[in-house]
Amino acid sequence: MKFLRLVLANLGRHKLRTLLTTASVALALFLFATLRTVVTTLESAAQFGSARRLVTTNATGIVFVLPLAYANKLRAVPGVEAVTWANWFGGRYGDGKRFFAQVAVDPESYLAMYPEISLPEDQKQAFLRERSSAIVGRRLLDVFGWRLGQDVTIQGTIFSGDWTFTIRGVYTPTDPVINDDMLLFRHDYLEERIGRPGIAGWYVLRIDKPDNAAVVAKTIDDQFRNSSSPSKTGTEQAFNASFATMWGNVSLLMGTIGMAVVFAILLVSANAMMMNARERTGEVAVLKTIGFSDRRLFGLVMLEAGVMTITGAVIGLGGAKLLYKATNFNAAGFLPGFDVTTRTLMIGAGVALLLMLGSGLVPAVRAARLPVVQALRRVE
Amino acid sequence: MRIPILYNARSVLQRPVSTAFTALGIGLVVAVFIAMLALANGFRVALTRTGSDNNVLVLRRGADSELSSGLGRDAASILASSPHVATGPDGRALASPEVYVLIPLTRLGDDTTALANVVVRGISQSAWDVRNNVRVLEGRRPESGRSEICVGRKIAPRFAHTGVGETLRFAGRDWTVVCHFSAGGSAFESEIWGENEQFMPVFRGEVFQSVSFRLADPAAFEEAKRSLEADKRLTVDVHRESSFYVEQSQLLGRILEILAFFITSIMAVGAVFGAVNTMYAAVQSRSPEIAVLLTLGFHPRSVLASFLVESALIAAVGGVIGGLLALQINGVVTSTTNWASFSEIAFSFMVTPGLLVAGMIFAVVMGLIGGFFPAWRAARLPVVQALR
Repeated sequence: MKFLRLVLANLGRHKLRTLLTTASVALALFLFATLRTVVTTLESAAQFGSARRLVTTNATGIVFVLPLAYANKLRAVPGVEAVTWANWFGGRYGDGKRFFAQVAVDPESYLAMYPEISLPEDQKQAFLRERSSAIVGRRLLDVFGWRLGQDVTIQGTIFSGDWTFTIRGVYTPTDPVINDDMLLFRHDYLEERIGRPGIAGWYVLRIDKPDNAAVVAKTIDDQFRNSSSPSKTGTEQAFNASFATMWGNVSLLMGTIGMAVVFAILLVSANAMMMNARERTGEVAVLKTIGFSDRRLFGLVMLEAGVMTITGAVIGLGGAKLLYKATNFNAAGFLPGFDVTTRTLMIGAGVALLLMLGSGLVPAVRAARLPVVQALRRVE
Repeated sequence: MRIPILYNARSVLQRPVSTAFTALGIGLVVAVFIAMLALANGFRVALTRTGSDNNVLVLRRGADSELSSGLGRDAASILASSPHVATGPDGRALASPEVYVLIPLTRLGDDTTALANVVVRGISQSAWDVRNNVRVLEGRRPESGRSEICVGRKIAPRFAHTGVGETLRFAGRDWTVVCHFSAGGSAFESEIWGENEQFMPVFRGEVFQSVSFRLADPAAFEEAKRSLEADKRLTVDVHRESSFYVEQSQLLGRILEILAFFITSIMAVGAVFGAVNTMYAAVQSRSPEIAVLLTLGFHPRSVLASFLVESALIAAVGGVIGGLLALQINGVVTSTTNWASFSEIAFSFMVTPGLLVAGMIFAVVMGLIGGFFPAWRAARLPVVQALR
């Protein structure tokens, strides 16, 4: 480490070059962390789900509903502790440019089913009392600048007409994977407005033991197999995962771009290191003459590459972590819980080491193998 | 007087590795830039081609997609008998009341949980004439009254049991695949078609989702829209088919474009930094040469231009490399969910000449930006000092 000063002095000779190279590495790792976080966020959304929650949907497809009468039948299935239901609303707010989910839920049972949705007690009571009330996520409230008690009007696309809800509560999810970008309103209000057809988009069940999931699911699906609305029951995790897979091979795309980014920057930093080394051939020869060993010179060049790439990595990775945290980024609701994971940071650090090796190796080997006499004879 | 470009070309060749690295770095940025825009472009083109200017799509009022719409039989027959609807050679109205639903199918591949919501469209026989870009590639059209389906060409290789003659099971019934169809690269190629009367009872009952018809007079769209939307018996929105599908591509198309610009602009900054480094090194190692040029009477402006040209030259090589790399993915089919309609859509990467030119311009601009300050320094080199 006593040679760090020498390395720093060397780096200081071309301040601009050092700065630009470090900045390129920082940008590359920032981008790398961002792309990887898109993938990990999708993955964690796909893995989210309590082992004790099952989801029952219509077997024919996601756009088909189930009869509301199934609620009682589901409750009677052995192993099922609690049942709630919800319905996708699919409305537009204002010009419709800022998309957010609206879901009609059975208030009491839904909030009981999802303790992750935390709501102040008085607001919860208001939601339970008032039929046309709604609760919204903290982010949504901030995005539109809504206030508690305000009426918001949403145009229905599936259930046509203008729907006005009074905001009676603001929830904050305790698990970042739960979207804080939703508007939840009461299912009985939906039913009332559309003439009580008795429909539920999907059911969420809580079972007594996670091990029973497969048995309970089979019992339910067998029961409705020959009805007009056959059901498909699976774990909540599988339900969420099916949404994540709809993106197709997005992770392949992100991975490929990430590789291209890292490789492009490897070229930049390797180039800079080679230029450094080339300009200093004479100096290296002098150092050797005064007794620096080959191995030490190898180490010095590597260290020089390392200082640039590691500094760049710290700035790039740290910047990504802090930036997304500070701005509470979630890609307009598409990627809730967007946060750079520790694993991503560690892989990023690994990439930085690879960059160091990749860019420093050739100049370092050259420095170590430099024939002294020949190098000194060269006219600078 | 201008310094000949040959001087730059030769100088560049003096430092082959450094130049190659810089060019390759810029090339990768250009490749990613073109590839991502080719993705967005392919997606948009698929949806743009879906609609025809001559066709009209009628949905229930307020519905923003076919999925959320619903029209009764009465509405369908009122629409079909409208004077704005063209008639076929047999005198029948060229109108197709359609059932539109999504069914979950598992994508072929390693991941058995990878679900996709595939569009199933129930059509009337006249749909084949309303949409004149649709061609049966293999097999024959489904016959009326039978459980037969026709599968779009883009999805046939992506899902199991979709070969002609095979049986696909959905909605509690077995359906025989009797044909594959193409539709000019449009989103229809990601759909499964069958007869509307067959689909009605197994899906949502006595309701259509949309009615598509050919305009009797393509220029009279506004008139048709006015009269149908004003019809007291109907509560409908009337869309020109082409603009409706273009609108369906806006959400995802915009996301893809924003992503492309976000990623490539960050990469571009890195590549520009690389170019700056290379050019500064070039200027530095050639100080005596530059001093000689200045002594010979070349104007500093010529020196500036010369180095800018050199940087642009390196970048242009990168641009060509990037374009060649990006061309490799042209035509590769990929698929994702179009969130505006919530359905699976398969489409091809589409590298257009315009994109290649844009990539080239992008590369040269990176080169010029990266070369400017080094070139500036070269032009202002103190001659005496440099010659010593």
